Amino acid sequence: MTALVGGDGAGKTTLLRALLGRVPLDGGSVSVPDLRRVGYQPATSGVWPALSVDENVEFVGRAYGMSGAEVRRRRDTLLGAAGLDAAGDRLGRELSGGMRQKLGFCLAMLHEPEVLLLDEPSTGVDPVSRVELWKLVADASTAGAAVAMTTTYLDEAERAATVVALDAGHVLAAGDPAAVRDAVPGCVTTSATRPPGERTWRRGTAFHTWHPEHPEHPEHPVHPRHAKAAGGGTPHGTVIEPDLEDALIALTLARTAARPEQREEAVA
Amino acid sequence: MRAMVLKEFRELRRDKRTLAMLIGLPLMLLIIFGFAANFTVDTLEVAVAGSDADQVEQLVASNPQAEDELDIVATEPGEGEAWARDQLADDHADLAVVTGDGLADDSGGTPLVLIDGSNLFAAQAANVVVAGLGDQVDHEVLYNPDLTTSWVMVPALIGLILTFIGTLITSIGLVRERESGTLEQLAVMPFSSTAVILGKITPYFLLACVDMVIVTVLGMWVFDVPFNGSVVAFVLGAGIFLFAVLGIGVLISTVSQNTGQAVQVAMMTLLPQVLLSGMIFPLDAMAAGVRWIGYLFPLTWFTKISQGVMLRDASWEYLALPLGILVVMACVFFGLAVLRLRRSISPARSHTPQVEGAADGVEAR
Repeated sequence: MTALVGGDGAGKTTLLRALLGRVPLDGGSVSVPDLRRVGYQPATSGVWPALSVDENVEFVGRAYGMSGAEVRRRRDTLLGAAGLDAAGDRLGRELSGGMRQKLGFCLAMLHEPEVLLLDEPSTGVDPVSRVELWKLVADASTAGAAVAMTTTYLDEAERAATVVALDAGHVLAAGDPAAVRDAVPGCVTTSATRPPGERTWRRGTAFHTWHPEHPEHPEHPVHPRHAKAAGGGTPHGTVIEPDLEDALIALTLARTAARPEQREEAVA
Repeated sequence: MRAMVLKEFRELRRDKRTLAMLIGLPLMLLIIFGFAANFTVDTLEVAVAGSDADQVEQLVASNPQAEDELDIVATEPGEGEAWARDQLADDHADLAVVTGDGLADDSGGTPLVLIDGSNLFAAQAANVVVAGLGDQVDHEVLYNPDLTTSWVMVPALIGLILTFIGTLITSIGLVRERESGTLEQLAVMPFSSTAVILGKITPYFLLACVDMVIVTVLGMWVFDVPFNGSVVAFVLGAGIFLFAVLGIGVLISTVSQNTGQAVQVAMMTLLPQVLLSGMIFPLDAMAAGVRWIGYLFPLTWFTKISQGVMLRDASWEYLALPLGILVVMACVFFGLAVLRLRRSISPARSHTPQVEGAADGVEAR
């Protein structure tokens, strides 16, 4: 399972659309199986608003050439797991946001695709529905499907085998979540009060700050893990091991720092 | 409140379609009602048959008022009443005069004036001219003897309803798919783009066909509108016409992002069609420039076919021109629409691969 993370406009959806052959490539190549073996859920959920839940399932099943019995079997399994089996007669537009996203996922999963591309399946979904949705995604992955999903929830991305962090169409870091966290140059510190400078963001009640170089050894960027092992207290707070959210923000700041003309934009 | 007004103007400035409507609509209405809204047909086209045809022509030429009002388009001394009727059926003339030996034997020699009742306002003008001639001529109003408006309106209305479904309903149906984000979904499903397009349009085509039958039958039943001509010609004309208006509908959907925009553009194409197609104001009475705008609309040509077939039993010779023009329009509009729609749902073509690094030369690594 691969999670594509990044801020708004980072290029997550564009990357998915490139995988689907929906946007031309500026370079590189895409190797994706025939579209019949790909399941796709657009950010808009991909549910037909004027069709009922069952009609949505039936339409997609027919489109993929599934038999009636097969569609019923998959419907019962997927809608049952998604907690939608009682909503079969409800129209797509009458579903709550979370239900609609879950149905969108069931539709993408219906024909048991080998590759599952999900565009922000959990955005706007309440925490309880997110848990259910994640169970569905995990089940699909366990069953052997390759899943690529975009998400703005970094806690979700922590569960993925691979994380690709994007900013403005560029890959900031890729690898397992630990590798992405390790890719942060310099270090991240936490403090109870806002330190001076612009590289600070709030996490809960604390302030986290990214430092391009380790404060104690400006000439040698130090890996935060080592810094921590050395008991690295700094004037701006305590060096911490960044989680994915910190890592994404720090990586984005690092990229912007290297491109001064974008700094203003990023701060704004 | 100033903030509110400012915000409204800003939004309006970015809504190009509404702006176009604000500027275009008054202009369009001014042109239409200034140059086109005219029920009075000033000049009647006349065909003259029979041995005295030349004398009639000279008579008209010698009378300044008659010469002003009548335009003799054909004179055939060797022909008779049957020819004259054909001239009216094929809309070559608004009225026909049969003289001398062109008349039937039992007519007693009084010239006969035939008036085309399917051309309502020209027929009314012709009636005035004939009334002025008193007992000197016999006259007969063909196709619509009582000059009933509904007989002329119902055939045109069939076209209007087909335009309505083809343009407005189809564009809304297609744009809804784009609006709900499911067009993207369809594009990556195992449908060919042809299957998506045909699957999307066929229901509207069938619905429009059902509506056409209902309106035609109701018109005949409720308003006693006759159906004198060939059903085949009518169905053929309606089918081709439907492709043209469906094409316009699909085209509108490809340039609209939401239902509101689609309705706006569809209304902007519907209004001039209604007013300039000849269904309300006679084309003959319009200024030439405006009439030519009318000739650009499919409804104008379908109205010629539906009125010609239903009321006058027009010949294939007459129908060939409107049918041919509709075929061209259908090919252009429908072809363009399919091309545009196909482009929005078929896979993107790759750009020529760029030299590596050229695109991100400034990127810091």
